[in-house]
Amino acid sequence: MNAIERASPALAAKSDAKQNLEVADNQVTVGQSFTDAPKMTMRNVNVFYDDKQAIHDVSVDISKNEVIAMIGPSGCGKSTFLRSLNRMNDTVESCRVEGEICMDGENLYAPKLDVVELRARVGMVFQKPNPFPKSIYDNVAYGPKIHGLADTRVDLDEIVENSLRKASLWEEVKERLHQSGTGLSGGQQQRLCIARAIAVSPEVILMDEPCSALDPIATAKIEELIEELSQNFTIAIVTHSMQQAARVSHRTAYFHLGRLIEVNPTEQVFTMPEHELTEAYITGRFG
Amino acid sequence: MTEPANNLQKIRKSLSRRNRSEQRFRWYGRLAIFIGLAAVSVLFTDIVSKGHGAFRITYLQLEVDYDQSAIGVDNLGDPKQLVQGDWQAIPKLALRKQFPDVSGRSDKRKLYGLVSNGAGFDLKDRLIANPLLLGERETVWLLADDDIDTYYKSWLDGEPYAARLSDKQVTWIAELHDQGKIRLQFNSNLFTRGDSREPEQAGIRGAVMGSLFTLLLTLILSFPIGVAAAIYLEEFAPKNGWTDFIEVNINNLAAVPSIIFGLLGLAIFINFFHIPRSVPIVGGLVLTLMTLPTIIITSRAAIKSVPPSIREAALGMGASKYQMVLHHVLPLALPGMLTGAIIGMAQALGESAPLLMIGMVAFIVDIPGGFSDPATVLPVQIFLWADSPERAFIEKTSAAIMILLSFLIIMNTSAVWLRKRLERRW
Repeated sequence: MNAIERASPALAAKSDAKQNLEVADNQVTVGQSFTDAPKMTMRNVNVFYDDKQAIHDVSVDISKNEVIAMIGPSGCGKSTFLRSLNRMNDTVESCRVEGEICMDGENLYAPKLDVVELRARVGMVFQKPNPFPKSIYDNVAYGPKIHGLADTRVDLDEIVENSLRKASLWEEVKERLHQSGTGLSGGQQQRLCIARAIAVSPEVILMDEPCSALDPIATAKIEELIEELSQNFTIAIVTHSMQQAARVSHRTAYFHLGRLIEVNPTEQVFTMPEHELTEAYITGRFG
Repeated sequence: MTEPANNLQKIRKSLSRRNRSEQRFRWYGRLAIFIGLAAVSVLFTDIVSKGHGAFRITYLQLEVDYDQSAIGVDNLGDPKQLVQGDWQAIPKLALRKQFPDVSGRSDKRKLYGLVSNGAGFDLKDRLIANPLLLGERETVWLLADDDIDTYYKSWLDGEPYAARLSDKQVTWIAELHDQGKIRLQFNSNLFTRGDSREPEQAGIRGAVMGSLFTLLLTLILSFPIGVAAAIYLEEFAPKNGWTDFIEVNINNLAAVPSIIFGLLGLAIFINFFHIPRSVPIVGGLVLTLMTLPTIIITSRAAIKSVPPSIREAALGMGASKYQMVLHHVLPLALPGMLTGAIIGMAQALGESAPLLMIGMVAFIVDIPGGFSDPATVLPVQIFLWADSPERAFIEKTSAAIMILLSFLIIMNTSAVWLRKRLERRW
C-alpha cells in the first residue's frame, strides 16, 4: 500500500463532500460493459461479507484474449469481485455471492460445478509472490501433476520449460531448476507464480495487483509479460496503478464503493472518461 | 509552544532516566536467568554427587572351587539339579578358605554376608556358560553385599559408615583391601538387570523397557490421532458453536491433573474392559489420553503458522482441500508437530502419578518383553527406590534420576535439533 492509498478514505470523503460525488443507489454502469463474443459474463453480481454488501449489482463481460483492468480506490471491491471469478471467495466463510457468473455460458456457481476444475480453467496470480517452498521445477510442475496433464517425465519437463519460457524466466533459472523457488528475487518469484499458473493452460488468468510488491524494473518485466500472454490468454487484472492499467489493458473498469461505475476502452477512460467519478479518480482528485 | 533548546534539554534529561531504567531492566533479566541457572545447577550437583557412586560397585576377589558335592550337582544338563543345587555354597566355601580362622555360627554368618546373596547364581550362570569348569578351581571377582559396598565406598572417601557392619567384617575388608582383593568395578548390573530387593543386584533395565513399551504405544496412538484431530479442526471443520465447544474442552483436558487420567484408566480400561493391571498397554492408553491435548494444541499451532498465502496458492492452482493439506500444509507444519509430539512424549516419560493408579507401581523383577508383560516405568522405579529403606538405594535413586534426566535431555535436544533441521523458510 502506498501513501496515497492509505490516505484515500479521508481524501475520498473530502472530495465526496465537496463535489457531491456520492454514488446513487440506482447507479447504472456507463460505457461499453458488454461485448459481442464474451468469454465470461457477469450479471447482477452481489457479494456480501455477512450483512455487509461489498459488491452491488455488477454486470460486465470479459471477451476472449482481452486484458481488462479493474481500477478504483481502496476498498472499492475490485479484489473481491476478481476473487469471485474463480470462487476463491469460497474460502472466506462469511462471504456470499449472488447473481450469475458464467464462463462460456456455464454458471460457475452451479451446484454441480467442481471448483477444482474451475480453478484449473481460471488461474490466479496473487498480490504477494507466493511460490511454494519447493524447487522451481516442482513449483511449475505442481499444477500439471495434480491435474494429471503430463503422461511422462519428458512431457512434464516440456511443460515446465514452456511455461517458464512464456513467463520469461527460463533463461534466468534454467541452471538452477532444482533450487528452492523462495530463493529467487521478488520479481522472479512473481514470474514463477505466473509460470505456475500458465502451466495448466488456463483459459482465463486473474491477477490481483501482481506488481504491488515489486520494484519498477520487475514491474516493467511483468507488464511486458502480460502483453505477450494476452495473445493466448484472457486476463483480468486488478491494479492500483493507473499507469499500469493504461499500459497493459484493452478495457478498463472503474469501481467505486462496490459499484461498477464505468467500463470503456482504456484509451477512452484515460482521455475522455464518461462518468465524473472516473474523471475525478484518474485526475487524482481522490484516492 | 516551548523553545526548541528547552525541548532538547528536557529530552536529554529524560534520556538519562530512560537509559537508567533500561539498565535496571536488563539487570532484572540477568538476575532471573542467574536464579534459574543456580536452581538447575544445585539440583544437578546434588543428584550427580549422590548418584555417581551407583555406577561403580564393590567386587571381592575369591578363589572358588566348583565342587560337585558341595553344590549337589554333577550333571549341568539336568534342570532339576540346577534348580535344587546349593549355589551359594561356592562363595561360602571360597570365603572360608580365604579366612580359615573364622569359626562359630554368628561369625560365619557375618563372613558369608560379605558377598551378595546373588553371587552363587552369578557363578551358576558362569558354570552353565562354561560347563568344563565343573570340578575345577578359578579366581573370580564376586559381587559384594550392599552393606559392604556402602561401607567400602564411604571408607575410600575417608568417611567410613560402619553402622551396619560388625568390627570383624570391618577388619576382614581391611585385610582384603591390603591384599588387593576388593575393588570398585563398573556397575553393569545397573543397566542389565531388573529390580531387586537387594540393592547390589537391582538394575534399571526393567523400568527402561517398561517405559519404552509404554511410550511406544503412547506415540503410536497419540501422534496420528492428535494430528488428525488438529488437521480436521483447523482445516475442515466449520467454525461454529460445536467446534468452539470442542476447542475449549481440549484446552481444559490439557489442564486436568494427570492422576485423574490414572483414575479414568483404572475405571475404564481395567475395571470395565478387564485389561490386566500393571501392563504397558494400560499405561500407554492412559498416557495417550494425557498427551493427546498437548499434541492437538501444538499441532494446531503448527498448522496455523503455515502462511495463508501458501494455501491460496495451492487452492488457486486447483488443488483440492485434501491436496492442499497433504502437499503443502502438512509438510510445512510437520516440524512443529514433531516437536510437540516429542515434548508430549517427554512429559509422558516423566509421568508417574497416573501409572500409580493402574498398578504400574508393583515390584517387578522380570524384564518386560512386550506390551502385555507386567512392568514399571522409570519415574515409578525412582519412586520405589526412594521409598526403600536400604541405604544403598539412596545412590541408586539418584542414578536412576540421572538416567531419566538424560533420556529427557536427549528427547528435548532432538526436538530442538529436529525443528532447526526441518524448518523451512517461506
